Amino acid sequence: MREVAVVSFAASGVAKETEHNEVEIIVPVLRDAIAGSGLEKTEIDFVCSGSLDYLFGGPFAFVAGVDAVGAVPPIRESHVEMDAAWALYEAWCYIQTGDVDSALIFGFSKGSLGDVYEILTMQTDPYSLLPLWPSAIHMAGLQARAYLESSGRTERDLCEVAARSRVNAQQTQYAVRAGDTTADALLAQPKTADPLRASDVFAVADGAAAVVIAAGDVARRVCPRPAWIRGLEHRIEAHQLGLRDLTRSESTEAAATAAGVRAGEDKVDVAELHVQFSHEELILADALGIAGPDSATVVNPSGGPLAGNCLMAAGLERFGEAARRIWAGDADRAVAHATSGPCLQHNMVAVLEGD
Amino acid sequence: MSEAFVVDHVVEYPGGYTRSVGPVLGRFLTALRDGRLLAVRGRDGRVIVPPQEYDPTTSEPIGDSVADFVEVGPAGRVDTWSWVEAPKPGKHPLQRPFAFALIRLDGADTALLHAVDCGTPDGIEMGVRVAPRWRAERVGAITDIECFTVLADGEQPVPAPPRTNLTDDGTDEGDVTGMIASIRLEYRIPAGEATRRYLNGLARGKIIGGRAPSSQEVYAASRGTDPKTGEPTSIEVEIADTGCVTTFCIVNIPGLSELAPEIPYVSAQILLDGADNMQFGLIRGCDVDEVHMGMRVRAKWAEELKPDHRSILWWEPTGEPDAPYEHYKDNL
Repeated sequence: MREVAVVSFAASGVAKETEHNEVEIIVPVLRDAIAGSGLEKTEIDFVCSGSLDYLFGGPFAFVAGVDAVGAVPPIRESHVEMDAAWALYEAWCYIQTGDVDSALIFGFSKGSLGDVYEILTMQTDPYSLLPLWPSAIHMAGLQARAYLESSGRTERDLCEVAARSRVNAQQTQYAVRAGDTTADALLAQPKTADPLRASDVFAVADGAAAVVIAAGDVARRVCPRPAWIRGLEHRIEAHQLGLRDLTRSESTEAAATAAGVRAGEDKVDVAELHVQFSHEELILADALGIAGPDSATVVNPSGGPLAGNCLMAAGLERFGEAARRIWAGDADRAVAHATSGPCLQHNMVAVLEGD
Repeated sequence: MSEAFVVDHVVEYPGGYTRSVGPVLGRFLTALRDGRLLAVRGRDGRVIVPPQEYDPTTSEPIGDSVADFVEVGPAGRVDTWSWVEAPKPGKHPLQRPFAFALIRLDGADTALLHAVDCGTPDGIEMGVRVAPRWRAERVGAITDIECFTVLADGEQPVPAPPRTNLTDDGTDEGDVTGMIASIRLEYRIPAGEATRRYLNGLARGKIIGGRAPSSQEVYAASRGTDPKTGEPTSIEVEIADTGCVTTFCIVNIPGLSELAPEIPYVSAQILLDGADNMQFGLIRGCDVDEVHMGMRVRAKWAEELKPDHRSILWWEPTGEPDAPYEHYKDNL
């Protein structure tokens, strides 16, 4: 295996971007990520992006994203119709082949253009689920209730997650729902999609995120303390919610084990989890073995996607946020997690380490 | 920002999106039309509903023979539920607040997602028994069950009523092999900075493009960057409303453009004088047979100019000598 590290990260986010189109949103983020990488743009061997045409409402909308990169002379470029965390996975695989040494990965969306919770229903089985139009919130509610019932956790626990997300998000520039609050204050709010409150549901953000990754010597040359990707695995479960045990995340457990999260006695200092609904943080922490009052792991110090979910970028942001803690020396070992599909269907777990 | 720069946009498949359902789901949907619920047996004997084509654990094909199918329900228990306070017209199965639930049908080992009509969140709980409320007009779709309702203690499910939409000779149409999915998504899309500049220009009868400081190349109707370099096209440049046809096609399909009600017509790529990219437009004012590469054209402006691409109705020949091939060879 070639050593690969995250060496740069940039992101933007606002609740509703009315002044700029997708290309105009991406440009400054790519500029900042490239500037922060210590590499010239022409030194970056591969570009891979993640976006979803349904969020824009037009076919091949992702092609416009290439206009923000600049493709003359021709560049090596690819795209996934998924969160850009999977674009990072593709780029990591490409680096493993030895053909390229570095990659720029970005994800973007303007969720404010439509009803994202309903757009996400488009990814469900078109025969038995889509005709009923369960939104992402309704499907999450099914999982939340199943989890609360089986685990003995309560709605207060959900509000604790939501409150901590908001407080932590105050230091994250691209978060859109940040501020001082308490679990008590959130618990006093009415349920909007029983068992969920508005605070349990992700806030939509329009924006983009970009990460630069580089192989061994290149990473050491440009970054004083690279965030080495020491484990990177993803696993998927059945699509039908009724076929799965919604009270746990078996695919996260499997990916975590394969990535080395539970393999040794090593601690996890920071975990940046792709939490779009409050209960998902509890389920994921269980699956990663970092739950409980005795855990030394700081979960989502950025506030996470609950505080601002730029769809197709939010999973990649977890890599950036986890890497940032390692560059700064605040963490030696971090977990970045990304998810896709309804109710945590598909999960990626990465282990990032400083030297 | 003015509303003129925000457009309503709809993604919809007129008449619905037609899908083949295959033999396994076909059996399930045919049974629904008959007022019954069918499950498939997995390799380990697990009873799975809705039926899957492949075993969820081993990925082996299942449901090959009719013997693999088993009737389940119609009643079942609620595994979990969530509340829908504001149902969406045209989408949700009920137009009053209801619950989505995962329902473990009697005899099944997995749960089916459907709606439960129970009035308020107090009308449902985990473990409660529910049964389908069948439609009389059934087409072979998951929505042949209007919803589930909560059963009182000892209450038995009501069987499906006789189907009211049989064919003229009083029979079924044969097995269900397909379905039509109705999909509609609505968007409000703001123009963004570069497009707004362009649209503002059209309202003044001008074509405004942009270029990046590092390049002399000018882009009409730019998305905001020089696509060669990715640099913002921050410098505004006015472009002539004349140019030449680079490539074109003769359209014989009616109804594609409101600006060309009659077929045949020509749609073309036009290289504007002073621009380095092409603009899409219709060519009118001559026979379709006369349109050719290099032909010089001029914009036909609408009488009332608006910040809207329809301010240029189409393009007409100027009668000038053709542009030489060298002029546009790099834009093909």
